[in-house]
Amino acid sequence: MARVKLVQIAHARSGDKGDTANVGLIAYKPEYYPMLVEQVTAERVKEHFKGICLGEVERFEVPNLHALNFLLHASLDGGGTLSLKTDAQGKTYSAALLRMEIEVSDSLAKQLAESK
Amino acid sequence: MKTVRIANGQGFWGDSLQAPIEQVRRGPIDYLTLDYLAEITMSIMQKQRARDPRSGYARDFVAMIEEILPDLIEHNIKVVANAGGVNPEACRDAVIDAARRRGFAKKIKIGIVAGDDIMSQLDDFIGRGVELQNQETGEPLASIRDRVQSANVYFGGREIADALGQGAQIIIAGRVTDTGLSLGPMIHEFNWARDDWDRLAAGTIAGHTVECGAQCTGGNCLVDWETIPNVADIGYPIIEANPDGSFVITKHKGTGGRITVASIKEQLLYEMGDPREYITPDCIADFTTIQLEQDGTDRVRFSGIKGRPATDLYKVSVSYSAGWKAVGSLVYGWPDAYKKARAADRVVRERLDRLGLRFDTVLTEFVGVNACHGELLSGPPDPDIAEVTFRIGVRSEDKRAVERFTREVAPLVLNGPPTVTGFAAGRAKVEEIIAYWPALIPKNEVKPKISVVEA
Repeated sequence: MARVKLVQIAHARSGDKGDTANVGLIAYKPEYYPMLVEQVTAERVKEHFKGICLGEVERFEVPNLHALNFLLHASLDGGGTLSLKTDAQGKTYSAALLRMEIEVSDSLAKQLAESK
Repeated sequence: MKTVRIANGQGFWGDSLQAPIEQVRRGPIDYLTLDYLAEITMSIMQKQRARDPRSGYARDFVAMIEEILPDLIEHNIKVVANAGGVNPEACRDAVIDAARRRGFAKKIKIGIVAGDDIMSQLDDFIGRGVELQNQETGEPLASIRDRVQSANVYFGGREIADALGQGAQIIIAGRVTDTGLSLGPMIHEFNWARDDWDRLAAGTIAGHTVECGAQCTGGNCLVDWETIPNVADIGYPIIEANPDGSFVITKHKGTGGRITVASIKEQLLYEMGDPREYITPDCIADFTTIQLEQDGTDRVRFSGIKGRPATDLYKVSVSYSAGWKAVGSLVYGWPDAYKKARAADRVVRERLDRLGLRFDTVLTEFVGVNACHGELLSGPPDPDIAEVTFRIGVRSEDKRAVERFTREVAPLVLNGPPTVTGFAAGRAKVEEIIAYWPALIPKNEVKPKISVVEA
């Protein structure tokens, strides 16, 4: 097994609803989706966003889009007009999630390295 | 099969002024939809109306309509916009004046969808036990009643369709859902029944896809972003809607940007909650039923969408005054830029302490180092980093404390760490915080007011 960053196998977009940020994580290929389901759990995402996400993390599966949707509660310093953050809408949290590493087979890791 | 082309020309108040004009001039469309209202917008408009009873709507809209009126008349394009803010009547009157100036008196009908503004009914609701509890905290609205600045119900596509049914070519709404702006024309054109949940869900998802304008046509798109063609001339989205609820998202030929299954997926997930439960006044849409397929260049086809019955509640958006804030910043340069910025932060905080100023929050960010992803994910910066922006903000109920804070950042250029600049913008500005109170209200408590007149 090898470790790769999510940015190599998925793309993402994030937005806000009040003090909750949402991050949609989308597999580049259908065959990558089961790896996301298995490894990118709500618990891991909560740990990944330590210091940013102060509340719960909820995860929803969207298999038809080969995607997961995460809700990061209490993550935007109050959100909207209350927030003092540069990224008060969590727009860059999508990319922050893509920093996470997951385990893939050696052959896939090699393939990803070659296609870079 | 009858196909209706519904274009979006505005993703938020402040979006491209050119986009709606391009949408009506660069190819055939039947409808132009425009979203002008953010949550904070309504409170700004309430304040404007308090000063001048003929204001309180999106003025940009009137100027834009005046410019494209000849195109609208020539090609019989209908316009649906939530530009009415808290004063749809005044917005309509301004559009009528514009139509008369351009020589289109009696040639165009203008409708309004009002009744969403429940500001004057709040005490009556509270008195009758309609508590308008905060959806997140459960607190009743009474706890902040004296600080409320605006209160609006979100109507949906049905109310827009009713106005179209009365013959309006331009519809000016107050608060309606972003998705309703696009769904309304489909309900009207295809006669979709109130309980045709699958088709209403399809129209809602079409509306969700285009409601952020170019964010579904290659804007803010991560997939292959460097190769997206001609972003300077990015095309805004068009829904090609079919009576069976299937539709294609596309854009005018010759415009820039890119529409692929991948770019559409990004937008579908934007601001998403539970994908099985996308709740609108018209229906509940299930995003896990969407089937996508590439249908040629810059065309993505949607099918298979399922919906469920609407709830008997409208969403309510209340804005209220919640204190004060200010943010100031300075730029520190090489060498040791990050160290200097951190030293500046310690100095400012110590001075605020010495002054005895208390804040609900003091937040420091180092832009260029960790402002977006935080310290843990960003890791330590390059020790040779060229410059770092020190950015500090405070929030408090005490306006004087926030005002005093704004005098403590700029002096650092003379009395703090060296190699500092970036103060030309002047002192940090004190801003009133208008917070947002989400609530629900039974639909039978609110009546939409729809009327159509000739210019």
